[in-house]
Amino acid sequence: MADRFIEPDSPELRARWGGFEWTAENAEKAKQIVARYPAGRQRSAVMPLLDLAQRQVGAELNTQGWLPIPVMEYIAKYLDMPVIRVVEVATFYTMYNIAPIGRFHVQVCGTTPCMLRGSDDILAACKGKGLKKGHTTADGMFTLTEVECMGNCASAPMVQINDDNYEDLTAADMERILDELAAGKQPKTGTQLPGRYTVEPAGALSNLTAMVDANHDYRGEW
Amino acid sequence: MPKVKVDGVELEVPAGATVLQACELAGKEIPRFCYHERLSIAGNCRMCLVEVKPGPPKPQASCALPASEGQEIRTDSEMVKKAREGVMEFLLINHPLDCPICDQGGECDLQDQSVAYGRGASRYHENKRAVTEKYMGPLIKTTMTRCIHCTRCVRFSEEVAGVDEIGALYRGETMQISTYLEKAAAHELSANVIDLCPVGALTSRPYAFEARPWELKKTLSIDVSDAIGSNIRLDSRGREVMRALPRVNDDVNEEWLSDRGRYMVDGLTRRRLDKPWLRRDGKLVAATWAEAFAAVAKINPGSSVAVIAGDLVDCETMFAAKKLAGALGSSLLEGRQTGLAYDASNLAAVNFNSTLAGIEDADAVLIVGSMIRDEAPLLNTRLRKAVKKGAKVFIVGPQWDPTYPATFLGDDLAVLGNLPAEVSDAFGTAQKPAIIIGGAALGKGALGAGLAFAEQFILVREGWNGFNVVHMAASRMGGLMLGYAQTGGIADLVAAKPKMVISLGADEVDFTKFAGSMIVHIGHHGDKAAHAADVILPAAAFSEKDGTYVNTEGRVQYAEKAVFAPGDAREDWTILRAMADALGVSVGFDSFEQLRAAMVAEVPALGVEGLADYGSLPAAPAGAKAEGVIAGYPIRDRYLTNAIARSSPTLQRCSAELLHGESFAEAAE
Repeated sequence: MADRFIEPDSPELRARWGGFEWTAENAEKAKQIVARYPAGRQRSAVMPLLDLAQRQVGAELNTQGWLPIPVMEYIAKYLDMPVIRVVEVATFYTMYNIAPIGRFHVQVCGTTPCMLRGSDDILAACKGKGLKKGHTTADGMFTLTEVECMGNCASAPMVQINDDNYEDLTAADMERILDELAAGKQPKTGTQLPGRYTVEPAGALSNLTAMVDANHDYRGEW
Repeated sequence: MPKVKVDGVELEVPAGATVLQACELAGKEIPRFCYHERLSIAGNCRMCLVEVKPGPPKPQASCALPASEGQEIRTDSEMVKKAREGVMEFLLINHPLDCPICDQGGECDLQDQSVAYGRGASRYHENKRAVTEKYMGPLIKTTMTRCIHCTRCVRFSEEVAGVDEIGALYRGETMQISTYLEKAAAHELSANVIDLCPVGALTSRPYAFEARPWELKKTLSIDVSDAIGSNIRLDSRGREVMRALPRVNDDVNEEWLSDRGRYMVDGLTRRRLDKPWLRRDGKLVAATWAEAFAAVAKINPGSSVAVIAGDLVDCETMFAAKKLAGALGSSLLEGRQTGLAYDASNLAAVNFNSTLAGIEDADAVLIVGSMIRDEAPLLNTRLRKAVKKGAKVFIVGPQWDPTYPATFLGDDLAVLGNLPAEVSDAFGTAQKPAIIIGGAALGKGALGAGLAFAEQFILVREGWNGFNVVHMAASRMGGLMLGYAQTGGIADLVAAKPKMVISLGADEVDFTKFAGSMIVHIGHHGDKAAHAADVILPAAAFSEKDGTYVNTEGRVQYAEKAVFAPGDAREDWTILRAMADALGVSVGFDSFEQLRAAMVAEVPALGVEGLADYGSLPAAPAGAKAEGVIAGYPIRDRYLTNAIARSSPTLQRCSAELLHGESFAEAAE
């Protein structure tokens, strides 16, 4: 996993984000989120609120969004908790971006099943498109990160781009997806294999065949 | 009370004990890094592994496992040994082998435990992790590469100090301990994380590369920076006190020490009065002892003598001065330098009767005119514990941040006579109600109203005394026991227009009021009193003499001499004894033992270590009423409260940087 570090605090950062506040719509959402927790336990809402803030920042910048220091301070104040506790949460979970990020955050899974199924080719395809691990492309469109298992091993190799997964990839699929995203189109999400719906066995069933039509008790056959 | 078997020995452990505690009760040593008796259990270092039956067939972290009936615990099996070796090997993966240049060397838990429980050699060939240094202020030096992620410092800040400022950022191998945005740790107990750190990640910045623990002489002493009387150990080398560390005393300071007490010792070698000085033509001129005593003899005050005791002096010094004044025919003694004049005829009324440990059990506390975090930092940690147990705290006085929830009732003392319903309800139903009266309230004459409050809510009941006064000077209770109190306070001394004023390190006195008196200053630092003095007799600081101190709860404690006073300076009692000769009177003692014996004969309580008995609380004076607005608290700068602290470059920097916001450029290393 690439090293993640907080974007350093600077006067420019303060000037840009010091005035961060919920939009009217998000203020309503934030209130609802806090209301999910018992009174006095409002700090339990720190994770959903950080996500909400990241999305708001993203909407403002037209990127995936990230969490500048002043925004974390805003959340801390909103939830009446020490800032350091907010920063701890934000730095622990990798889905919070703690440094500026591109429009699309391309997270390529490189863990064993994906690697065996060709994640190296996917990364090579990304490289071919000018993406560099841990960096954002010059046009601000893509940020590439190699991540550990995302839990889609049955449809490896996979990549997560912002809120969507793209599975059963080939290098050509990857290139097409990146091109479509760059062109402002929404590629098909989920598995890219024609004929596959989700993570059901690709091709014919190889086991549990007796259960296709009705429930079948295998226990007696063991 | 579950019965468990530790290494085949059966024993009964208290309910709620952990397996680690059970092993300790059985006399077994359990290695640990993250576990600390006074902090919450984290269970993240895994060093305390033991084998426990019944349970899964794998080693268990004993610190986080409750002891239960019938457990069979093994601390000496092959599995345990191998498990600990494994944990140690993992801990050492990223720990640098820089013990020779590490300040923790020689007193490092990791060093000791790797010798005792490690494999002896490394099998690790890959690169080690490196972590950038984190700035944590003028007191804490960080070398975060050495950090083993025990999170003791994080837990201390949050739980004991109540200041959430240290946190663990990032995760896994890249986890880093840091203050928020690397701001300085700025609370009054921050340096305790240095003691807590089991490795050399957090070390003392002023003490960096000064000494090794094995070359230091250790002397048991008492902290004089406040009236808590924290038990400390002075580590000295040659004639210099290198550092002060807290000693464990559950009744007083647990095992913490305020930053002020810890770094005050840096002032012991600076601005010292190391030879006698005489004022000639308005200027201080260095002199010899003979000249100095001749000057004292020339004053020839007769019985027109007054003695003012400073905040840092021990009982023996005050007693010797009292004897000298008595021999000259005067009883003008005062220790309350800033002009306080509360009634000290019954010491129970000016004592912290609940005791420091006892106040933890209080369930309703009213603090009147005390900024406790500055005035008695370690009392605040006790109150924090009380609040955690459910105590309600109300405060009369200007706002400050107590680190726990408290209700401020405004600055006006009149509120004592007209309590809000919330307060009277809380105190009406409380089992152990307590009042704490601080210096700001004493200055406004609120002692009587406090006593009336104590009567109204029956603060003194079976097994509980909830009437408390918190002092700020280490010498205060001892001084009051020795009679250093005039009815009108220091104003009585001014009114008497004494020919000679003996100042025992009295640096807080406004000497302009004694313009007509000759001022003989027996002190150790060239501070405020030295500027006003006519004769300066260089004396010993608390580290340079044996002494008796009485803390704010009336606990008599003895401090020992760590080093000799510098230059021509002498121990205070010898100076007073010699002054008696110069003035041609007899004080009745020729040695320290005789002095102490005479003191104990006069005030027997000073001869017994422990809490002095002041009898029962007096009745409140009729019609006692508190009025007036508390405009501010007596301590303006919590780092620079006495002559030694003002001379300490460390505390000067703390004051400048943490209180006055000056920035100090980091020297490039």
